[in-house]
Amino acid sequence: MLTTSPAFKDNAARALDDAGLQKALGKAKGAFLQRRAEAVSRLPEFEALRDIGRDIKNHTLANLDFYLETFAANVERAGGHVHWCSTAEEARAAVLDICRKAGARTVTKGKSMISEELGINDHLEKHGIEPVETDLGEYIIQLRRETPSHIIAPAFHLNREDWEADFRRAHTDLDPDRVFHERRDILTEARTRLRQKFLAADVGITGANFLVAETGSSVIVTNEGNGDLTQTLPRVHIALASIEKVVPTLEDCVSLLRLLARSATGQDFSVYTTFSTGARREAEIDGPQEYHVVLVDNGRSSMVGTEFQEMLRCIRCAACMNHCPVYGAVGGHAYGWVYPGPMGSVLTPSLIGVEKAGHLPNASTFCGKCESVCPVKIPLPKMMRHWREREFERHLSPQGVRSGLGLWAWFAQRPGAYRFASRLGVALMGLLGRGKGAFKSLPLAGGWTAGRDLPVPQGGTFMAQYAKRMRNR
Amino acid sequence: MSKDAILTAIRRGLRRGPLPADQQAMLGGRLATHPRHLIPARSRVARPEQVALFIRNVEKEFGTVRRVADAAEIPAAIAEYLAAQNLPQRIAIAPHPELQGLDWASRPMLQVEARRGDPEDSVSLQHGFAGIAETGTLMLPSSPQRPTTLNLLPDTEMVFLRASRIVGAYEEAWDLLRAENQDARTGGFMPRNVMFVTGPSRSADIEQTLELGAHGPRRLHILLLDDEREAAAHA
Repeated sequence: MLTTSPAFKDNAARALDDAGLQKALGKAKGAFLQRRAEAVSRLPEFEALRDIGRDIKNHTLANLDFYLETFAANVERAGGHVHWCSTAEEARAAVLDICRKAGARTVTKGKSMISEELGINDHLEKHGIEPVETDLGEYIIQLRRETPSHIIAPAFHLNREDWEADFRRAHTDLDPDRVFHERRDILTEARTRLRQKFLAADVGITGANFLVAETGSSVIVTNEGNGDLTQTLPRVHIALASIEKVVPTLEDCVSLLRLLARSATGQDFSVYTTFSTGARREAEIDGPQEYHVVLVDNGRSSMVGTEFQEMLRCIRCAACMNHCPVYGAVGGHAYGWVYPGPMGSVLTPSLIGVEKAGHLPNASTFCGKCESVCPVKIPLPKMMRHWREREFERHLSPQGVRSGLGLWAWFAQRPGAYRFASRLGVALMGLLGRGKGAFKSLPLAGGWTAGRDLPVPQGGTFMAQYAKRMRNR
Repeated sequence: MSKDAILTAIRRGLRRGPLPADQQAMLGGRLATHPRHLIPARSRVARPEQVALFIRNVEKEFGTVRRVADAAEIPAAIAEYLAAQNLPQRIAIAPHPELQGLDWASRPMLQVEARRGDPEDSVSLQHGFAGIAETGTLMLPSSPQRPTTLNLLPDTEMVFLRASRIVGAYEEAWDLLRAENQDARTGGFMPRNVMFVTGPSRSADIEQTLELGAHGPRRLHILLLDDEREAAAHA
């Protein structure tokens, strides 16, 4: 997928001015938060389960090579095929090859973020195969030729009227008198359209929430049932999964499943949680004849052993972005690549390079909410700080920032000079701003005053006030 | 080869070569014993309450439950449900001996076909392998007697479940499968497909608001056979 991450600042400014987006964000904000909070309050063990989830993932990552090989061996024992792919290019080629061998003309797809990362749809289309997204949110995104703006709710940025307009535009045989007053009307229209696609598809492609080493299973979690129709009806099922999805056992998997739906949608459990293991067995009367797992690295193995290894614990629940003030203000598209929000701000620089995605870890207030809701306790703010450090070390941050930081560092190492300079600054600003209350603009502080006023300092520096308070104790 | 490249990169990150044999054996032991982690207390309750918890959770997730005391009542219970929902008296049932053995002749107006699910199906009857009280979840492992399509294609899915097959937690359901199922291809217990189903299909993709009836069944109706005396006494 192409990235607009380098233009994050422009993207964000545009997003803040986009009335439709702001309306959608305003409506959606709060819904996920409240549902998650309720689900967590119904399960007193939730905090203890977060520690367990973190430990299961850490154990797996420490033995990732072993569990991947065990997983692959068990897939093959069950009559499936594993395609190991180092790069996105290899993975696209593997998928196309399977589709071609199956003589595929149309391919149905369950929701998969790794498919977005790899650009599977464009690749298939380029080679004459029609990919059909079947998750409701992904379906409309595909009609609009957009990308998902959220990892579990791809159409997070849309309002109901957008759905109606797009359906009327794309479904050209639609009766103009059809009403779409209710969300149910939209759902019914999508269900009817996609039924035909499910039945006609030659290959079904899903993602995987987990891979289970013990049994060689891929696991998908959905509410709509589209993923199950995708992997059950066509002759060939392809599960796309990145290497960090593997967990050792079914017991490990259900412990993580207890965290996933609660953190994501605030459900106790999703409607459909399905374990797929190999192809149709003898005497079975339904299910795919072929089962393939396309196992993708695409940059993840190089995170192992670095300060970003903990990011590989992520189970893609989206709690971090649902709780993020930055995501809540600008939405997902501003981030400019596949993964938005705090998890994206850490993962995107790892996968496409900090030189392209350096803005993302800087777009954080470090409020810490993301870490506090993460079901596997990923220290997201700490890792965003690591990226800022790397950006600085590699001289990628702008000259203004570097000189500013250098100047600050010089003073910070000389407390006397620091106090003198800040006293001088505060006094000067107090004098200049007398009777104003706040500055609308100020030399050297344009970055601040462009977006908001700067209050006029009152009552001396922090150190002066602190010293005074200590004297009066 | 990409497999080697990926494994080598992981090992480089972990600052080691392939795991030594003794450590591999230890991990193999963990896989073989598949230890359980913390199981929430909510499902660790006395037997009749476990069944009641299952029912409560199914209903919370917009499923419905009809309890019957005797298997002989099931055809009549189905006919009544279909009539009440204004559905045709025609169902596709799983080719499972327990379902095929029901006294269908007692309802001559009810058309019953044992087969996989078809796109035109309005109602199916699936055989429930286990129920999980923790979240009101059905475990439906695939087999020639339990086709997956019956869980997906019809507008209404009915599931026959014995109360004695209700367990507390997911882990207990896996243990039932481990004990009772044998897969001819792998020699293990895992069938091609295991579906955990919690209520009828739904979507929250339109303005993050839940709406029932997405691509899967719009209704989920469980026929629960009270085959445990304690459970029946509680009813």
